[in-house]
Amino acid sequence: MIRPDRIVTTTCPYCGVGCTLQLHVKDDFIFKVTSPFDSPVNHGNLCVKGRFGYDYVYHPKRITTPLVRKMPQKAGERTQAFDLSEWREVTWDEALDTVADNLVRIYQQDGSDAMAVYCCAKATNEDNYLLQKMYRALFRTNNVDHCTRLCHAGSVVALQQAVGSSAMSNTASQVLLNDVFIVTGSNTSENHPIIALQMKEAVEKHGAKMIVVDPRRIDLVDFAELWLPLKPGTNVPVFSAMAQVIVKENLVNWGFVNARTEGFTEFLESLEKFTPEFAEQVSGVPAEDIRQAARMYATAGNAAIYWGMGISQLSHGTASALALIHLAFLTGHVGRDGTGLNPLRGQNNVQGASDMGAMPFHYPGYMRVDNPENRAKWERAWNIEEGGLSLKLGLTTTEILSHAHEGGIRALYIMGENPMMSEPNLNVTRHHMQQLEFLVAQDIFINESGAFADVFLPATPFAEKDGTFSNTDRRVQRVRAAHPPRGGSRPDWQILCDLALRIEARLGHPTAKWDYTHPEQILREMADVNPDYAGITYERIDQVGLIYPVPTLDHPGTPTLFTESFPRGRGKFVPLDYVPVKEEPDDEYPFILTTGRLLEHWHGGTMTRHSALNEAYPEARVEIHPADAEIHGIRNGDPVKVQSRRGEVVLRATVTEKTTVGVVFIPWHFQEAAANLLTNDALDPQAKIPEFKACAVQVFPARLEDLPNPDVQVSRGRY
Amino acid sequence: MSDIDLTRLHPAIEAYIPLGRSGLLPALHAAQRIYGWLPQEVAAEVARSLEVPLADVHGVIEFYSLFYNEPVGRRIIRVCTDPACGLKGADDILRHLCEHHGIEAGQSTPDLSLTIERSPCLGLCEQAPAALVDDKAETNIDLDAGSYELGRPRSIVGGSLRLLTEHCGNGTTSLAKYGEYIALKKALTMKPEDVIAEVKSAGLVGRGGAAFPTGVKWEGAAKADGDQKYIVCNADESEPGTFKDRILLLDDPHRTIEGMCIAAHAIGATKGYIYLRGEYPYILPVLENALTEARAAGYLGEHFDIEVRLGAGAYICGEETALFESIEGKRGFPRVKPPFPTTHGLFGQPTIINNVETLCNVPLILHEGAAGYRKIGTEKSPGPKLFCVSGDVAQPGLYEVPFGVTLRDLLDMAGLHSAPQAVLFGGAAGAFATFEHLDVRLTFEDLRAAGLPLGSGVVMVFDESRDLRDVLKRLGHFFAHESCGKCYPCQMGTQRQMEILDRVAVGKTLAGDLERLQDVGWTMTDASLCGLGQTAAGAVLSAVKLWPGLFDSGR
Amino acid sequence: MTSKLLMDDKEISVEQGQTLLEAARENGMDIPTICFHEATTSNALCRICVVEVEGMRLLQPACIVQAADGMKVQTKSERVVRARRTILEMLAATMDLSDAPEILTLMDEYGARVDRFPEAERRESALKDDNPMYVRDYSKCLLCWRCVQVCADDAQYTFAINFSGRGYETQIGTFFDRAIPETTCVLCGQCVGVCPTGALKPKREYLLEQGMSPQEISVMNTGRKRRKQK
Repeated sequence: MIRPDRIVTTTCPYCGVGCTLQLHVKDDFIFKVTSPFDSPVNHGNLCVKGRFGYDYVYHPKRITTPLVRKMPQKAGERTQAFDLSEWREVTWDEALDTVADNLVRIYQQDGSDAMAVYCCAKATNEDNYLLQKMYRALFRTNNVDHCTRLCHAGSVVALQQAVGSSAMSNTASQVLLNDVFIVTGSNTSENHPIIALQMKEAVEKHGAKMIVVDPRRIDLVDFAELWLPLKPGTNVPVFSAMAQVIVKENLVNWGFVNARTEGFTEFLESLEKFTPEFAEQVSGVPAEDIRQAARMYATAGNAAIYWGMGISQLSHGTASALALIHLAFLTGHVGRDGTGLNPLRGQNNVQGASDMGAMPFHYPGYMRVDNPENRAKWERAWNIEEGGLSLKLGLTTTEILSHAHEGGIRALYIMGENPMMSEPNLNVTRHHMQQLEFLVAQDIFINESGAFADVFLPATPFAEKDGTFSNTDRRVQRVRAAHPPRGGSRPDWQILCDLALRIEARLGHPTAKWDYTHPEQILREMADVNPDYAGITYERIDQVGLIYPVPTLDHPGTPTLFTESFPRGRGKFVPLDYVPVKEEPDDEYPFILTTGRLLEHWHGGTMTRHSALNEAYPEARVEIHPADAEIHGIRNGDPVKVQSRRGEVVLRATVTEKTTVGVVFIPWHFQEAAANLLTNDALDPQAKIPEFKACAVQVFPARLEDLPNPDVQVSRGRY
Repeated sequence: MSDIDLTRLHPAIEAYIPLGRSGLLPALHAAQRIYGWLPQEVAAEVARSLEVPLADVHGVIEFYSLFYNEPVGRRIIRVCTDPACGLKGADDILRHLCEHHGIEAGQSTPDLSLTIERSPCLGLCEQAPAALVDDKAETNIDLDAGSYELGRPRSIVGGSLRLLTEHCGNGTTSLAKYGEYIALKKALTMKPEDVIAEVKSAGLVGRGGAAFPTGVKWEGAAKADGDQKYIVCNADESEPGTFKDRILLLDDPHRTIEGMCIAAHAIGATKGYIYLRGEYPYILPVLENALTEARAAGYLGEHFDIEVRLGAGAYICGEETALFESIEGKRGFPRVKPPFPTTHGLFGQPTIINNVETLCNVPLILHEGAAGYRKIGTEKSPGPKLFCVSGDVAQPGLYEVPFGVTLRDLLDMAGLHSAPQAVLFGGAAGAFATFEHLDVRLTFEDLRAAGLPLGSGVVMVFDESRDLRDVLKRLGHFFAHESCGKCYPCQMGTQRQMEILDRVAVGKTLAGDLERLQDVGWTMTDASLCGLGQTAAGAVLSAVKLWPGLFDSGR
Repeated sequence: MTSKLLMDDKEISVEQGQTLLEAARENGMDIPTICFHEATTSNALCRICVVEVEGMRLLQPACIVQAADGMKVQTKSERVVRARRTILEMLAATMDLSDAPEILTLMDEYGARVDRFPEAERRESALKDDNPMYVRDYSKCLLCWRCVQVCADDAQYTFAINFSGRGYETQIGTFFDRAIPETTCVLCGQCVGVCPTGALKPKREYLLEQGMSPQEISVMNTGRKRRKQK
């Protein structure tokens, strides 16, 4: 039995649940992870990633020395270098000076609009705050975004539009207070495993009734009262039909509608077309089930909606989320404990990165960048001359790359993200990446995006730095270093401060202040301007995190939002139309491909594919319904080629009733069969989120030797 | 493995699918009837059909002795080696059988034509030695004469009363012969609370071993809140030496059914279960037929109906909460109490669970009235009582007597040869008496004073020629085999007790074994979770007290 | 509502619904436990927490028995100590307690001898190393049930493990002893988190114990594990 030298309490680096971890450390090596049973977030429960998936920290391929590409890269001819032989190990001074020289050169040459940065939903609040500060304060650009664009942008825009705030209105653990709840577009068991446990507990132990609205027969369906297997991309008609049923059957909470909302009359007119029969016709969900779901939700004492990317990752993601918001408005199931509008945030700190202003339209605290009053506040905080910060809305994640051309974005800084896996239509992404004049990657491994970089800055993973993450509950929690950084790697916040000082020196600006000695000073600088975080100090969240808004130092936090009013005043009904997905199946491409994630893996795989998790699930698989498989002569485990108008991948098939007829599913974690080679880069016009959840593909039998790794085969009993 | 034809499975288990998990034991029985055992594919298909987790199905198969997850012979002979049969040469029979077929106990012949097993008590003690050959009882096996009886076991009934056993001893009593459910008809004219009052004032206490006042139990269930209430008849008779339920159910099933109907009326139950032990398969068709008769006569129907559940080889399922778990399709682990079955019983609902003999008393009480009933027996132990007499007597059998006769009276009826060396009272979970106890009156109060448990009415006689160490060894093996494994004192205590008793039996004890045996025994008695563990050392501790020399290897 | 009771002759007050164990711990008195865990349903099966309650024939498990007004409880009576000591001695004769320091400490405290039961059949089984995340050494399992409970409705609702065997031969098992990856297991390790005796252990902790260096452990998963075709 190993006695730990120390046990370090911190927050899980994977999903937005934000589980409390205890890292058991011996000789600066984490050999075990446990979780305290009194953690208010996860009550001692963890998933496979949280409990076992930290070993990437010690993976031999981790980069712990700054690197510069041996072969100078040119715009238009940029290449990927995965092998260390293509890189030169350099000192931090050389690496940071190279970065500062090039960024300043391009900024001075091409101006603010040539500069862009990807912040990182995996990094801490402090890291993200600093990076957006660096770009806004030094390069005077709002071309700052992160992967929130690719996950919940539709939800964020819809919520901002309808209520004026974009986070979850209630905490996930309040699911235990629900009488009825809807889970839609979220395979919660795999993507927010601990929230799924609470959902199951709500059903099994507290008598709650769950309605699952999802094209896949996800694990939660086994616990559901009702499953509405809709065709991908038909959220708006299904949920609008539910709204119509609520209105027609007079199940409306008129008190709430009258007192708390606006725009009902116009909305009502727009609802006419959404009969349950129409919804059935387009979605395949029986009208009667839609009626039943509407009645259950509307007549429940407490009802809530939990949703994931199946709502937002569509070219009408904003409309999909609005359709859900309308249900809450009609029934008044928002503003009380055990109700609410709850977009389950994906990354450990996607909430925090957004809060920190890692977005092109907002400063920290969701202060619009085009509002001069907000600008003035941050100019004061950052020691910037009046009018020095840009009022111009920045480019979004997807736009940053599509603007990577002569006269557009020339220099890109990527902290911890991997657009070469996470963007849709990767063949196009590749082309865009190649056009950059200068690319910096700050990461722990050379991933598919970092391989394009000129300079690689080795940062530290969660286990080697201090700071805070804000989970999907809006709970701000501590991150603590378990041991010193491996090799020459450095915590992101230290890299950024060091770099910012070098940039300032070259620009000759008065300093925006980068002399922090501890990350708490960073958080407090932000909190002094952002009222949501004003009452948060490291001391207050030493044991248990606080749920913002925490306006004062003695405020206990705010688990339930909108109890009295919405941030925008009244909740706004927005009339909707049914817009089909951009690419419907046809004779040539008869299947709808939907993409998503697996329990064992995380996003682009930078962490999990360098972990024992990869041994647990080593290959991509396409899920296909037995009826479809039979027609195409595909047996379970057979290699198949999946092709769209944009690309193709070869992988094994899993023949399963987990997917529905006509729909195939591929997880997007695996670079050797990257689902995003196939996906459609059509964007939601408002949120600019791509349509990851539906595109048209064809499936062909393939040969074993066509598989990228024919010897690798996953063995799992849970499917 | 892949040659298993699952298409035969579906029609067989179809009826149990709507029951969900509760249909698991019946479905596994049905599957095993088809395949002879439960291959992985079959178990998985049953799991899928009933929506029971795979691991749970495996856990259930593993728990019950009569379910097999590996191939067994097309014919299975189970030879009882518990005390009553042990006295009559069960070991020789087993040895003979094994030698004849060239296998050891617990093995199958290579051609899978036969499996031979050692079995815990089969409830055929008065016709020992006995075995179960597939679904048939094989009794009075005589190796020397080469004779045995095979099929439905005989019922040997005696005693000074024939009230509960009125219809016993002459084959199954059909409804036509049993006549109308007069007691039920009378009960239906009464208010439920009056029926309960009648049972209470009759002073009926449970005959399964715990002697809890039946009326109080009924009252509790009647008053408890619940959407659905249940009557459960505990026919999981497995206490070594006990065979009364076998005779009552085989010969007079309607008496039990009528008792259950009256109980249902008393508490407002609409559903009843008879949980029949798996080693009584030959009773199943008798019960099913009687239920059909009762339905046809309108005694059972939508207002109240009864389902028979067959156990699968687990003594612990005679414990009331373990029995519920078993009906619910789970391993037979006893639950912690409280809450008690009257409020949280089967499926968490208010439940009355009564032993067969207890229920058989109910029609009698209604028929005679409480006052009439109390004329039988003694003031504090009213009513008739059944005793299962086995061992060294001339006429082993089921004896019905009024409470209050002495042990000597009872044994005289059964033909005692000579003053016994010992009498095992109450079964394996009971205690030993000696010839000094012959004049003790058989009542709850007198036996309690004498430190003897009435238990399930077992009276097993051992004459002077018997080696009690062998008897103790068999008891030790019985409990180690039957412990469910839930609570530590019993799970490990029954094993440690068996190990020490094995040494005692061969006279090779280690220094300190007697103290160890007592520490284990007291710990099981004091600290076990359920009645099994609490009584698993009873007989052994009583033997330690009576004959400490037995445990001394110097003997 | 509070009630007053006597515990080891000391008067203590407790909230209604509190168990004797909670009452004792809140009042600074120690009642040992093995199977009890704050996050799992109490099954009162190890019986190490039994106490003597006046008027009750049998010893009562403090983890589930509710405190009541006027109760008189002895937590260290002779009967109690004998039961605890004997249970501990039987455990030591049954399983490998080397990874259960708390139980070993308890044995010292109760004067329990590891060799009290000579010639006892031990529950032994080979280490199961069948998945990338954790190993199972059921020689160290004391059947507290916590792993089965958290895999089922105390936490995970995955139902990958249950029991095999019965009585002394009981063991934790999967469906027909399938390897973990072939079960419904989602590798959450909830079971590892509640195991009190090291029977379930993270793979990396196990490898470290086996003498591998962090360096060696870290390169283990870098090569793709080759699997046989079908």
